[in-house]
Amino acid sequence: MLAADDVRRAITRIAHEIVERDRDLTLLAIVGIRARGDALAARIQSAIRANEGVDVPLGAIDITLYRDDLTRIGYAPVVRESEIPFSVDGRVVVLVDDVLFTGRTIRAAMDALVDYGRPRAIRLAVLVDRGHRELPIRADFVGKNVPTAAGDDVRVHLAEVDGRDEVEVVTKVPA
Amino acid sequence: MNWTRRHVLDTDDWSRDEIDTVLDQTRAMTEILHRPIRRAPPLRGRTVILFFAEASTRTRVSFELAAKALSADVTNITASGSSVEKGESLYDTVRTLQALGGDVVVMRHASSGAPYFVAERTDAAVINAGDGWHAHPTQGLLDAYTLRDALGDLDGKRVVIVGDVMHSRVARSDINTLIPLGARVTLSGPPTLIPTAWRCGQLPPGVTYESDLDRAVEGADAVIALRLQRERQESGLLPSLREYSRVWGLTSDRVARMRPGAPVMHPGPMNEGVEIDAAVAHGSQSLIEKQVTNGVAVRMALLYLLAGAGAPAPVEERV
Repeated sequence: MLAADDVRRAITRIAHEIVERDRDLTLLAIVGIRARGDALAARIQSAIRANEGVDVPLGAIDITLYRDDLTRIGYAPVVRESEIPFSVDGRVVVLVDDVLFTGRTIRAAMDALVDYGRPRAIRLAVLVDRGHRELPIRADFVGKNVPTAAGDDVRVHLAEVDGRDEVEVVTKVPA
Repeated sequence: MNWTRRHVLDTDDWSRDEIDTVLDQTRAMTEILHRPIRRAPPLRGRTVILFFAEASTRTRVSFELAAKALSADVTNITASGSSVEKGESLYDTVRTLQALGGDVVVMRHASSGAPYFVAERTDAAVINAGDGWHAHPTQGLLDAYTLRDALGDLDGKRVVIVGDVMHSRVARSDINTLIPLGARVTLSGPPTLIPTAWRCGQLPPGVTYESDLDRAVEGADAVIALRLQRERQESGLLPSLREYSRVWGLTSDRVARMRPGAPVMHPGPMNEGVEIDAAVAHGSQSLIEKQVTNGVAVRMALLYLLAGAGAPAPVEERV
């Protein structure tokens, strides 16, 4: 669906779009959602540094404790450490995730983020928007819109986590 | 790993993996305690009952803060002023706890084994917050976390535990947590306050006894001083507190014999000037306040893990 080069170009384009949308880079911060959004966020940050010569603050957030299905799933998923080494008060925070699907992860991430303060605005950047939203949430910056069936599996591989860059859609074959 | 334990009664049968899981989750919980809003929602709608049938301030408050930081509802049953003082049996209390419908019961009791009794008779998850001389698993875990945070990997590190080992559930739980992590433990203290079998050389693997504290602390990587209960002296196990302090007290001179910068810990509450000198307790090597903060995070990790335990592992995880 997306090869390594497509991933690289999508990230570069998103970095430009973010800067064009909010010109005042002193207010900007980028926060990736673990486990792959944080790697993407770091890449967007370095793309902005390459283009603008500015280091925008970078953070990572784990949304496990904010999931809306914790009482239903009956086990305790691993909580990873969040790192927001700056005040979010008054900042424009760009949340970054790999895939936008139901929107529930983003809802959880916004709830987590406001526990750190009151951002001036929260925006959303995703590598892939695959549709099938269950909440009224949309992305501000999208690498690629990918039409999928609800049962499909969208797999994002990133070099930092998986050793290579690639996005693939695995279609579930009806039994 | 997938967490499967329903209760935390003792860590004596825990695997290295289980201890690592709790310590790793503790790190994530520590971050929550440093946020502007020190609260996350995973235990919303759950009830944690704190049942303390023996005096405790810091452990009870620690559990209460931990439960609240995860948005649980917390209710207290204390010994004084409750029906326990009016002679209610533990079994009656258990039935009350069961009827109240708590999801987690955190309990402290003067009798060893009491949490096991409760765990067998209620649907709630039970966390032992100290039972008799037996175990204090959350203290062992928070001490291990604090040491690992200060020293890194504990493999091969030597930790001295000094004081009234015989009556100390903290010492036992520290040993049960530190040894699986690869640490070695040197016990020190008056022979009358060391369990007879241990004093006579039948020690658990990785544990040694050195009656001379000066020798025990020589080059040690960390030291944990235990609280001395004053009634031990009254019952004839000690000649005097002054002598205890001279021979077994943690002084600056003894700290100087350890590896430079080696951490000093104490489970609290301290008898300053008896088992530990004020200069040591409040010195630069003291992690005693860190222990208190880490205690909240460890208890958050356990409450979180227990609230999710007991159901089959997921086939697929998707948010």
